[in-house]
Amino acid sequence: MSVTTPPAATTRPSQSPRVHWRHRLAERGVDGQLWLLAPAVLFVVLLFLYPFFYGLGLSFQPTEGGPFSDYARFFGDAYQRGTIWTTLGLALPAALLNVLASVPIAYRMRGRFRGKRLVTILLVVPITLGTVLTAQGLLNFLGPTGWFNRVLLALHLTDEPVRLVHNYWGVFFSLIITGFPFAFLLVLSYLSGIDPTLERAAATLGAGWWQRFRAVTLPLLMPGLATTFCLTFVLAFSVFPSAVLVGNPAGETRVISIAAYQAAYEQYDYPYASAIAMVMGFIELVIISVVLLARTRLYTGSSGGKG
Amino acid sequence: MATVTGIPGTGVPGVGPARPRRRLVARPAAWLIWGAVIFFFLNLLGIVGSVLVSSFGRQWFDTWLPEGFTATWYSDAWNQFTLGQVILVTLEVSLLVVGLSLLIGVPAAYVLARRSFPGKRAAYVVFLLPILMPPITYGIPLATVLYKFGLAGHLSGVVLANLVPSVPFVILTMTPFIEQIDPRIESAARMCGAGLRSVFLRVLAPLLLPGMLASAILVLVRTVGMFELTFLTAGPDSQTLVVALYYSMSAAGIRAQQSVDAMAVIYTSMMLVLLVIALRYVNPTQLVARVKEEPEP
Repeated sequence: MSVTTPPAATTRPSQSPRVHWRHRLAERGVDGQLWLLAPAVLFVVLLFLYPFFYGLGLSFQPTEGGPFSDYARFFGDAYQRGTIWTTLGLALPAALLNVLASVPIAYRMRGRFRGKRLVTILLVVPITLGTVLTAQGLLNFLGPTGWFNRVLLALHLTDEPVRLVHNYWGVFFSLIITGFPFAFLLVLSYLSGIDPTLERAAATLGAGWWQRFRAVTLPLLMPGLATTFCLTFVLAFSVFPSAVLVGNPAGETRVISIAAYQAAYEQYDYPYASAIAMVMGFIELVIISVVLLARTRLYTGSSGGKG
Repeated sequence: MATVTGIPGTGVPGVGPARPRRRLVARPAAWLIWGAVIFFFLNLLGIVGSVLVSSFGRQWFDTWLPEGFTATWYSDAWNQFTLGQVILVTLEVSLLVVGLSLLIGVPAAYVLARRSFPGKRAAYVVFLLPILMPPITYGIPLATVLYKFGLAGHLSGVVLANLVPSVPFVILTMTPFIEQIDPRIESAARMCGAGLRSVFLRVLAPLLLPGMLASAILVLVRTVGMFELTFLTAGPDSQTLVVALYYSMSAAGIRAQQSVDAMAVIYTSMMLVLLVIALRYVNPTQLVARVKEEPEP
């Protein structure tokens, strides 16, 4: 960030103080090579930081009222305020389930076995498909005449088709389908980073299967799990296409990103949309920093996973 | 799938000595876990399969399979959604994003991998933020700014918006890759009189080529699949395939369901081709995220 190298050509009468100054900078690691960082820094500043602060500033300049009136409008309207709980009610359980379900499965699959590569490749497929295609598939598959309900009816598990799309569950399933492989592959890579001899040492001391997992593997895995939770949560929190397509975007799955989108592209109220986006980013960062703060209390040593 | 189901019961040769003991203890749990995995894959198969079958079906209402099979939905979809132009735009956007993000990201990754300087931690955090934030959060202010400068609604705006998560991604995947290259090779080149330019072009570039290829393919996959940012900044003639798919789905009822499915299959097969190429060069876990959380001081 602090690229403070002077331009190469300066016309100064005395040469020695300039050389001296440059040397002192170079001793601290600042020299001409840092210019290689300049395009990336410029890019982040222009395309990420500037729009972000522009949006932040815009959110305090509403079309009418005082600087905080757009925030007051958002929090004062129960329909808008409720989107926060809707989003959290979808994202937190989905992210938790994804992480918790990956642990036993990854624990079982961390060794080498035939077909492991096939399984990992198959798991990558839903990640690359993306949310839009998953939504389309879920509409076909879980719909009232879809294969899933047909199987349930054929097995006499239910008498009439279960309603699984255009409500909370449709969005929840789409978050699982795209989020679980993501969480699983991360947990698997963290788990395979843990030295297996540690567990074998515990086994020679007579620790059972559960004790080894509970006292050796899990503490080493926890930081990785925290990171995985954060990344999965970010994915689930920004759910937009599936909430519109397989959810009920006017009712129970009206997530906060829909509220922001509607303010920007249906009402053309950019200050209000920016305010909602800022609230969204703030809530997300609060949850992530709580998790990451808890993570710093965990052991993150060399023998642990890559986390 | 056949290879998967055969594993839990019979012992696999060539596994470590700890394996038989654990298998005796945790046998029901193993079945439960494999059951869950197979259930997940069955559902996944159903999701992808139902789109595929529907796209070839003549009519499909309340039956297990469609009443007849036809390929006309593909030509319908191709003409209705002007898919030729959409695919062209998708390719243009993704190739531009890949090229630019490599051009910006690799030199920065080099500096971050090799040098220590004041403010390095801050630089890491700033480069990490666009990956940690949901695209909608920064996408809406970004789209506002791009509209203000008249860039959004065109190809350039879509490319610029897609660069925001791609450049940090290149930086974060390339930094560990550069770290593993022996710095003495560069020193030797320097000693032999090579300048920064020729060190980069003739020493580092050949060594970095596999890593650059890997991160280029990852960025390509992510850009083709990126919905939110493209959706917020695209105009009518700069839609990528995934955005066009979204529009055709949310306007369902106007068009036949099957032609939307056909379009989804075209998108899927494009992604699968990319995926097959990607998996030749990279480890599946890298497709997810290769985020280096703890920068060395």
